[in-house]
Amino acid sequence: MADLTTHFAGIRCPNPFWLASGPPANCGDQVMRGFDAGWGGAVWKTIGDPIVNVSSRYSSVDLNGYRMMGLNNIELISDRPIADNLREISEVKRRYPHHAVIASLMVESKRETWHDIVKRAEDAGADGLELNFGCPHGMSERGMGSAVGQVPEYACMITEWVKEAAHTPVLVKLTPNISDIRTVARAAKRGGADALSAINTINSITGIDLDTLTPRPDVGGKSSHGGYCGPAVKPIALHMVQQIAGDPGVQLPISAIGGISSWREAAEFILLGAGTLQACTAPMHYGFRIVEDMIDGLSRWMDSKGYANLDAFRGLSLPRVTDWQHLDLNYKIIARINPDTCIGCQLCYTACWDGAHQCIHVTGRASPEIYAAMSAVAIVSTPTTPAVSHATPAKRIPTVDEHECVGCNLCWLVCPVENCISMVRVDKGDHPQSWAEKAKS
Amino acid sequence: MTKHEIAFPELHPPLTPQAAIAEANRCLYCFDSPCASACPTHIDVPRFIKKIATGNLLGSAETIVEANVLGLSCSRVCPVEVLCEGACVYHNINHQPIAIGLLQRHAMDHFYALAGKLPYKTVPNAKRVACIGAGPASLACAAELRKHGLAVTIFDKRPLPGGLNTYGVAQYKFTPSDAAREVELVRATGVEFRHLEILSIEDLERDYDAVFIGIGLGRTQPLGIPGENLPSVLNALEFIAAYKNAQPLPVGNSVAVIGGGNTAIDAAVAAKLLGASQVSILYRRSESHMSAFAFEYEHARSVGVNFVWNARPVRFTEHAVECDCGLSIPCDTVIIAIGQSRLLETLQKIRTIELRNGRVVVNPRTGETADPKYFAGGDCVNGGREVVDAAAEGKRAAQGIVQAMGTDRSVPKSNISNLPQSLSGGQSGPSPLRSPEEPKNG
Repeated sequence: MADLTTHFAGIRCPNPFWLASGPPANCGDQVMRGFDAGWGGAVWKTIGDPIVNVSSRYSSVDLNGYRMMGLNNIELISDRPIADNLREISEVKRRYPHHAVIASLMVESKRETWHDIVKRAEDAGADGLELNFGCPHGMSERGMGSAVGQVPEYACMITEWVKEAAHTPVLVKLTPNISDIRTVARAAKRGGADALSAINTINSITGIDLDTLTPRPDVGGKSSHGGYCGPAVKPIALHMVQQIAGDPGVQLPISAIGGISSWREAAEFILLGAGTLQACTAPMHYGFRIVEDMIDGLSRWMDSKGYANLDAFRGLSLPRVTDWQHLDLNYKIIARINPDTCIGCQLCYTACWDGAHQCIHVTGRASPEIYAAMSAVAIVSTPTTPAVSHATPAKRIPTVDEHECVGCNLCWLVCPVENCISMVRVDKGDHPQSWAEKAKS
Repeated sequence: MTKHEIAFPELHPPLTPQAAIAEANRCLYCFDSPCASACPTHIDVPRFIKKIATGNLLGSAETIVEANVLGLSCSRVCPVEVLCEGACVYHNINHQPIAIGLLQRHAMDHFYALAGKLPYKTVPNAKRVACIGAGPASLACAAELRKHGLAVTIFDKRPLPGGLNTYGVAQYKFTPSDAAREVELVRATGVEFRHLEILSIEDLERDYDAVFIGIGLGRTQPLGIPGENLPSVLNALEFIAAYKNAQPLPVGNSVAVIGGGNTAIDAAVAAKLLGASQVSILYRRSESHMSAFAFEYEHARSVGVNFVWNARPVRFTEHAVECDCGLSIPCDTVIIAIGQSRLLETLQKIRTIELRNGRVVVNPRTGETADPKYFAGGDCVNGGREVVDAAAEGKRAAQGIVQAMGTDRSVPKSNISNLPQSLSGGQSGPSPLRSPEEPKNG
């Protein structure tokens, strides 16, 4: 089996799967149960002066029956006394010396205050510190969290303060609520950060109750914007991780966060350069046990690809991300529909016709007139037994005008049958040419 | 009347709201969907299902009743396995088809729970139409006529309107009180219902501009064998009508049902539910010849009904059925369900219409009979089929009446001539009058 042992910015742990700073890492009991389930590390729920939370705190976006496709929260940092959190960190480290325990920290922007909390966290035995510069709700109104993370100078300055006191690796957790995440990543680097965590949650209002007209979550008839996470944010997180990992001015280890629910997302983030993977929504949804398949699935995938350890494939997809201007304009694919597996739903037809380039065709179309005509002839007898064979009638199978097809993928994306539509390379014999090259010539 | 109904457990319990949304979201929303084509009334199935998925249940129900005013009864009694659900493209990848019938019921139950009305903005019209028979065909015809503003009176010889929906559908599928809701929906559009034992053709022709014949079929046919008049020998429709109206005829402990169609199954299952421990269906031919739907056959077997094949009764005694094969089946009650007779006596009073094999011959596109004053649809035309067939034929006849009267300015007189060959049945010049049992390609 592949070796998942992780060395991240000087922190060692049995595997790259960490509980992210949030409700699943709120107390020592949870973190220890998480380690028992297989998690390699945990970033403690952010420690700072205890706050008072509201109720309710979470809301979500469901998609066609899938619960919590996206999760939103207006919960603040830990509501437990600093001393309790630190005592439990010591206890966890004593019992699980080989697992990573990272203390997430957030205090007011005073040098001495930061020095003090850093010292206390390290004295408790934390393997590293994560500076929460990302929390987008509540704390930011008090000048903390994303209020720091959105101003590169503040982020740099506080990182410097922390580094003055810290002896363990310092991770800076970045907010996505900024026009270019690389500016803060570079600032953290200037401040001396040893690693970055990305992304924190995204500003969001998940929805409005159409009876009460109050947005969710409802706190006594009012709501507030929260932080969005879960499967829905993975594409945004992947992009931001790629931006940081691909930036020559950053070059720091990255602990990836954002919609990681299984080994598949984990592999994707590692391919874009991530060193560890943090998850919060997934264990909130299904419990700590999900890590078993994260480990098992990732190991098996690595075995199938011949990757002996995580470094063997880390960042392999980074060179394959480039600016649009460098893409080959002469690369040409078209859609092919396999009539043997087509079920005749015609979603590709209507998608191409209404939503793309009008190059998929069907022979007949429904209209009231046609229904009327069918009504007049169709009723001869109702069969008593359901049809045995379900071959799709030829007239329901759409065809692609291969000369008109622009290779946009839309039909392939909407087709409910796997491998029914394939996007096929059509080689016209032209040399590759990018927009940049074309503009130059 | 609900409190007097016999409470049978429902054959298909309704979906919960959450299950309905999950099932609705499973629908692929096919374009030009095969399910809508397979429905005789061409309900826009993906459209009404999408509306369930978004929580727009009233919009969903209006989509249904727009195409088929009997959307509630059809959702309960349609043989969906061989119609809409049988056409679902999910079959092609070995998935469960969408539960279209249950979803339709979900929307219609909501519609009736909110006392929904048909969304007609009727412009009154001086033309008057009579519908004979108050079953599904006439209800569908009347509602469609009201949409166009024509005045409609429905005549029926039975005290309650609804036809077989009220008197003949198995109770575990559809109750008379649900049937009454559909009648009330049609009545609310301004249709007048009249209970009349004997109809005068002369009066009808004098008082109405057009007449729709939707009289269905008559009594269960007799077998013509000794013992048929014994008190222990019942006919299926009367047996079903009696228990549906809370006056079940006693059947004793063992029952023999004669026949091989869906009514035989309805009667046998009902006898079982009413307490008979031994129920057998005797069919004169083999299993493969049975005209009952496969799922009905399975249902009967699942409740413990026995089947005796190739058994033709030759004599009934008080305690047995004797068959030509020498078999004697002991039973306390016999229920005969070998199909309904034609209502020839009534139909022959209208001398100007054409009958073939006891069925009214119509132009299938318009429902028009040989006499342009008369239109027809439902069992009296098709020989006895589903509620949804009657609904489709009744509606089509109404559109034929509207066109014939020149009262519709929105629809072109003929919109069929420019259709692709495949859809017009490949006929170059269809005969204007065609009874449905003829092969469609001549």
